[in-house]
Amino acid sequence: MSLTLNILVDGIAYGMILFIIAVGLSVTMGLMRVINLAHGGFALIGGAFAHWLTMAQGVGFWVALPLAILGTVLVALPLERLLYRRIYGFGELQQVLATIGITFLMIATVNLWLGSSLLQIRLPEGLGQPVDLGFRTLPMHRIVVIGAGLAVMAGLWLVLDRTGFGMRLRAAVDNRATAASLGIDTGRIFALAFCLGAGLAAFGGILGAELLPVDAYYPLRYMVLFLIVVAVGGMGSILGSFAAALGLGILETASRYLVPDFGTIFFFACVIALLALRPRGLMGRLT
Amino acid sequence: MTESLTLPLPERLARVPFLAEALLLAIAAAMFFLLPYSLGFLTRVLILMVLVLSIDLLLGFAGIATLGQAAMYGAGAYAAGLFAIHVWADPLAGLVVGAAAGAALALLSGLVLMRAQGLTLIMLTIAVAQICMEIANKARGVTGGSDGLRGIRMDPVLGLFEFDFIGQTGYWYALAVLAAVFLLLRLVTRSAFGLSLRGIHDSPARMTAIGTPVYGRRVAAYALAGAIAGIAGALTAQVTQLVSPEVFAFTLSAEALIMLVLGGTGRLIGGIIGVAIFMTVHHTAAAHDPFNWLFVIGAMVLGVVFFVPGGLVSLPARLRGLMGRAL
Repeated sequence: MSLTLNILVDGIAYGMILFIIAVGLSVTMGLMRVINLAHGGFALIGGAFAHWLTMAQGVGFWVALPLAILGTVLVALPLERLLYRRIYGFGELQQVLATIGITFLMIATVNLWLGSSLLQIRLPEGLGQPVDLGFRTLPMHRIVVIGAGLAVMAGLWLVLDRTGFGMRLRAAVDNRATAASLGIDTGRIFALAFCLGAGLAAFGGILGAELLPVDAYYPLRYMVLFLIVVAVGGMGSILGSFAAALGLGILETASRYLVPDFGTIFFFACVIALLALRPRGLMGRLT
Repeated sequence: MTESLTLPLPERLARVPFLAEALLLAIAAAMFFLLPYSLGFLTRVLILMVLVLSIDLLLGFAGIATLGQAAMYGAGAYAAGLFAIHVWADPLAGLVVGAAAGAALALLSGLVLMRAQGLTLIMLTIAVAQICMEIANKARGVTGGSDGLRGIRMDPVLGLFEFDFIGQTGYWYALAVLAAVFLLLRLVTRSAFGLSLRGIHDSPARMTAIGTPVYGRRVAAYALAGAIAGIAGALTAQVTQLVSPEVFAFTLSAEALIMLVLGGTGRLIGGIIGVAIFMTVHHTAAAHDPFNWLFVIGAMVLGVVFFVPGGLVSLPARLRGLMGRAL
């Protein structure tokens, strides 16, 4: 019973982090049809800013968090304007290569700036404490992570479903040419969505540093994981990413608890089986 | 015949059969005498050329994008290593075993993978390599786990040429295998099978319409490329006498793909040139400062993708085009 609950809580927390980081990737992939292998790089940049702010500058965590996200968005914006804009028009393979190149440059930059060791982020006292929920105790960090994941999901739903920006974004995802011909500035929508995705990746990277430790090679190490979430969830589907991230989070945690020696093998075998059955993912739309 | 004599010199040279290949072979032979103390590195370059040729068959001819060719390379390396330790230490037999292992893994995974396209396909190829790496890590009793497979001792090549410490035999051996693989691929890509792959590359729908079994051809191409990657892996195992789970690493697949695109896809010579340039830059840049090597490779990839999308082999034609326009 306690084991099941542990698996569930850890798995859901892990899945929430995956969701927060990968949802931006899913949106940009669905929107711009660009395979952005450098997406994890934005989580790294966020983590690097947060590390620098909390450790070297002595800024508190709750101040450093928004600053680091802002910093990441300020890096993402010119990248989108200068590089990604041209990458949208490339073929799949060129996109993969160009974004691998960008990933390498991000890793090298962070490496030059902060070195290749673990980039620790100092968490506030409160996050480390266990919390008594009456029937059992849970680490505060897990609760915050799960809460943040739900908040991101709700926030995205509000933005996409209830605002003018969301409406235009959905129109651009459904049919870019028609949306543009109706007078929607798709270039601006792309830039905004890209920055939103980069900011969310930074948020997830910082919040999840306990579960996915941040160092310079972060984008390469977890790239496959984030891409799998998108591939399983279906490109461009937020609900799909949510379901896939939670499912994969619980699956990986459970296989690590229950079959520790073959956890990764079991995990990838499940992913292959699922993608073989549903090549477009859980909620992928036909294009 | 008279018509070809009126062509400008570069074009006339381009029509001489095997001229470029003979030149490269001469360069490879010269390298042996010019850099006698870097034979280990040069042999590694030759082996990577075999691996990159296998990716060129997939990507350049059949249009199958993969980021997991290391899976077949690693399978060949482990198969050849285990075969040498437990069964027979003959190098050529080891190559056959490596090729068989690579082909078997590619055939098995290809049956599932070749149904997918685009991102899903790329994901699946990565996933297969990751699973292989996990298995190599966990099956300690067979593979030695993360310590690697040790104790590979090879018999002399053809019973005549003993492997030496400086790597002279290894170099000529790898060069001979590379030449053989190159010739084989040249035959394959010019056969009816190779032409059908080119057709699938350009338009799978039309190839289906004229009755080509597209899925079957793709699986066959994947298995053949797997066999060649397996040969590359077997060569590594035999020459370095060590196999570690790193043979399945994602970075190997990614770098091999970058080398291919750097040189130019769809032309066998492109892969060869790409590996040569990439490894030369790597060797010099990494010798200066191993940490900033990623800056160099990142900039190199972006430069090629943005400015020379056809790869370096397309440069002469593009330059001529520019000159023609300028005149």
